[in-house]
Amino acid sequence: MGIDRQSLAAEFLNMLPPDSVIYREEELIPFECDGLSAYRKVPLIVLLPYTTEQVERVLKHCHEKQIPVVARGAGTGLSGGALPHEQGVLLSLARLNKIIEIDQDNRLACVQPGVRNLAVSEAAKPYGLYYAPDPSSQIACSIGGNVAENAGGVHCLKYGLTLHNVLQVTLITIDGERLTIGANGLDAPGLDLLTLITGSEGMLGLVVEVVVKLLPIPERQQVALAAFDDVEIAGKAVAEIIAKGILPAGLEMMDNLSLRAAEDFVHAGYPTDAAAILLCEVDGSEDEVSEEIMRVRQILLDSGAREVRTAEDETERMRFWAGRKNAFPAVGRLAPDYYCMDGTIPRNQLGKVLTMIGEMSEKYGLPCANVFHAGDGNLHPLILYDANNEGELEKAEEFGGEILELCVAVGGTITGEHGVGIEKINQMCAQFPDPELETFHAVKAVFDPQNLLNPGKAIPTLARCAEFGAMHVHAGKLRFPELERF
Amino acid sequence: MSGDQDQSSQLQANIKDAIAEGSRLRLMGSGSKDFYGRELGQQRLLDLSGNRGIVSYEPTELVITARGGTPLDEIEAALEANGQMLPFEPPHFDGKGTIGGAIAAGLSGPRRPWGGSPRDLLLGIKLLDGQGRIMSFGGQVMKNVAGYDISRLMAGAMGTLGILLEVSIKVLPKPAEEHTLIIDRDPLSATRLIGEMIAESQPVTASYSLADKQAIRLACNHQRLAAIRQKYGLQESTESSGFWQQLRDHKHDFFQQPKTLWRLSLKPTTPLELTEPCLQEWSGGLRWLYSERPATEIRTLLERHGGHAIQFRNGDRSGDIFHPLHPRILGIQQGLKMVFDPHGLFNPGRHYSDY
Repeated sequence: MGIDRQSLAAEFLNMLPPDSVIYREEELIPFECDGLSAYRKVPLIVLLPYTTEQVERVLKHCHEKQIPVVARGAGTGLSGGALPHEQGVLLSLARLNKIIEIDQDNRLACVQPGVRNLAVSEAAKPYGLYYAPDPSSQIACSIGGNVAENAGGVHCLKYGLTLHNVLQVTLITIDGERLTIGANGLDAPGLDLLTLITGSEGMLGLVVEVVVKLLPIPERQQVALAAFDDVEIAGKAVAEIIAKGILPAGLEMMDNLSLRAAEDFVHAGYPTDAAAILLCEVDGSEDEVSEEIMRVRQILLDSGAREVRTAEDETERMRFWAGRKNAFPAVGRLAPDYYCMDGTIPRNQLGKVLTMIGEMSEKYGLPCANVFHAGDGNLHPLILYDANNEGELEKAEEFGGEILELCVAVGGTITGEHGVGIEKINQMCAQFPDPELETFHAVKAVFDPQNLLNPGKAIPTLARCAEFGAMHVHAGKLRFPELERF
Repeated sequence: MSGDQDQSSQLQANIKDAIAEGSRLRLMGSGSKDFYGRELGQQRLLDLSGNRGIVSYEPTELVITARGGTPLDEIEAALEANGQMLPFEPPHFDGKGTIGGAIAAGLSGPRRPWGGSPRDLLLGIKLLDGQGRIMSFGGQVMKNVAGYDISRLMAGAMGTLGILLEVSIKVLPKPAEEHTLIIDRDPLSATRLIGEMIAESQPVTASYSLADKQAIRLACNHQRLAAIRQKYGLQESTESSGFWQQLRDHKHDFFQQPKTLWRLSLKPTTPLELTEPCLQEWSGGLRWLYSERPATEIRTLLERHGGHAIQFRNGDRSGDIFHPLHPRILGIQQGLKMVFDPHGLFNPGRHYSDY
C-alpha cells in the first residue's frame, strides 16, 4: 500500500518549517544515495528538522502512521546505510549542527549529530585538545553518522573506535521518547546500552546529542616511512613493532598499486618501485617521540625494510600522510569506477590474504589495490572496474563478496569500520549462523518492534540467507575448503 | 596448563536441565565478587570455574582468548611473560577472580581512564544463553562493526544475560617502568594539579587522593621522571607498586571499615557537598565514600551531576544496589533479558529486582 507523497508532505508541513520538508521529485534526487552511489532509491519525502523537538514530533508521527524512517547524517557512508526507503521518510540530521559545550577541565565536548568530525577537533584546538577518531572522510562526515557506524580511522590501535570515545548520547526512540544513554562519568548504571547504540546503523533509535571525550594534543608527532620489496616482509615488520612493545599512533600499509596511484596524485615522495610501504607514526612528548622513532627505525631495518625515512619536518610528515589519506581518490583515477571493501583480518593472516586476493584479481580480470590499517588489521581492497562495461559491476561485487568471505574464513570480519548497510548484507550470512542473526533481530525488536527504523539494512532475514547460501554453497562445496573455519 | 577444560557441552546440558526443571541458577566463577550486587535468593549454584584455560594468545596480535573460568592470575602471568597486560587492571579482591567474572562485573582498577574498561577491551565472546544456545559475537580483531555489539553488552551485565564460555580481550604492552610521585598539597589544589598534568600529556596511569595524601603513578623512565618532579615540584614516593595493587584489590586500610561503602562515578571535576571520608581515583572520576546517609540522598546528589552511585559493599542488599533506572531504559533492559534469558535462569535479581 503506497502512501501519498502530497498528503504526507502536508502533514509534515504542519509540524515543521517549510524549508524542512522536501517532496518535489527533482529536489529529492540529490538524496537518492549516500557515499555508496551504486545503490540508489528516491525517498518518499526528505525531512530536515532544526531541533530535537522537531525530530521527536517527526518520529511520533511516523510511528503512528507506520512510516519507515531512514536517518542520514552527512551522507558520506560507504555501505549504503543511508540508502532511502521508497515508501519512507529520509530524516536528515544535518541541521542539528551546534557544538553545545566544550568542557576543558573534564576534556569533553557535547555536540549535536550534524557537527562534522573535524569541526569538533577545530573547536577543541584552542584548549589544546582534539577528538581522536579520524575516519578519512573527517572533513565532511558528521558525528551522528560516526556513532551510527562506530567509525574508525587511522589511529584506532592506540586511541580506539568511536565507541571508545563517546560517553553519552541522547536518543530519540521510534515513538518519540527522549532517553539519555551513558553518563558524563566513565560508566553508567544498568546494561551498557551505549555499546548497542554505537554502530547500530540507525536501526535502534536516532541520536540527537553526543558527549565525546577529547584528548590533549600530543606535543609532537613523527612518522617513519619504510619501503619493502615484499608485502609479506612488511607484514612481519608490523608484528615485530608490536612485539617490541611499541604502540604506534598510526600504522598503515599500502601495496604497490595504491602507493603508485597516491604518488601520481599527491606527490607524497613514496618510492614507487617498492612492493609495499609502511607508515608508522608515534606521538607523545618531545623526548619520548625522539627515542621511540629511532627504535621504530631500527626495528623496521632489522625486519628487512629496504629503506626507512623519517619526516624531516611537519610539512614532510603531512606529505607522507597526504598520500595515504588520499589513497581512495588516487586509486579512483586509475579506473572509471572502484569498489572499496572493508574487511578486518588477524594481522598474521595478511600475507595469505593478499596472495589470495591477487589470485582472485586474476580470476575476475579486475585489478585490486590494497590499503591496510596494519595496526588494527582493517583491510581496504579497492577493486577497479568500469560500470559501462556490461557485467563488470556484478563481477566487481562478486569479487568483493569473495574477499569478505575470505576475511571471515581466516578469523576476521566483513566490516571493520564502514558498516553493513545494504552493501554487505549477504556476507552477514557468511559471518553469522541463524541463532546469532535471530538474536540481532530480537534485539532490534526490543527497540523498534514494528521495524520502522532503517528497515532491511544491516541484518539479513533468515530467508535471505537461505537463498544466498543456496547460491554460494555450490554442489555442497564451501569456498576456501583448505582453510580452517573459525 | 593442567586443569584446562572445555566444559561447553556440560554447561549446555546444565542449562537444558534447568529449563526443564524450572530452576534458577546462581552463576559463580571463583566467588571473589560474591559480595557485589543484590542479594540472591535460593538458587542452584552453577560453578563456572572448571571451564578454564587460555585458548589462544598471539602477543603480536595483542589479543588473548580464554575460557570464562580461567583465573586472572593465570592470564596475567601469561601476558607478563610477554611484557603485556590486561589494560583495565581488574581487581582481584580476595586474590582470586576469573576472567569471565571480571568481564561480567565490569569493574576496572586504577588504570581505567588511561587503559580502558572491560567493555572497551572486550573484542568477542562465545556465549551460552538462557535457551542453551551457544553463539559467537564479535571476534579477535579490533575493528568489527558487523551486527550489533552483543559481546560488549555482556560487560557489566552481572551474568544476567548468559554464560561467557570464552572471551577475547585486547591486551597492551606493559609500561617498562612505572613510578609513584607524592603530591604534597591540599586535596583541592592536588586535584587541580593532577588535571593539569593530564592536560599536559604527562604519562599518568593512576591517581589516588584521600584526605591530605595524594599520589600519582607515571609510566616513564627515571630521566623523564626527574624532569616531571622538577617541573611540578613533586617528591618521589617510597611506596612500591604494591600500593596500587592494594588500592585495586581494596586491601588498602580505607576499605576495611564495616560501614556502607558507596562507589560514585561522575565527571572528574565535580565538587560534591559531602563531609564523609572519600577516596578518589581516576583523577576524581571514581570516588569511594563511606556514608550512612539514606540512599536516595546520595543518588539524588549524583544524578544532579550526571553521575551515578552503586552501594558497593555492606548495608542492606535486598533493595537497589545499582543506581535506579529511567522506566523506559529499565523496560529496554527487561526486553533484552527476554532475548537472552527468556526463562529467567541467570542470577535473577542480582542486577536489578525486575530481572
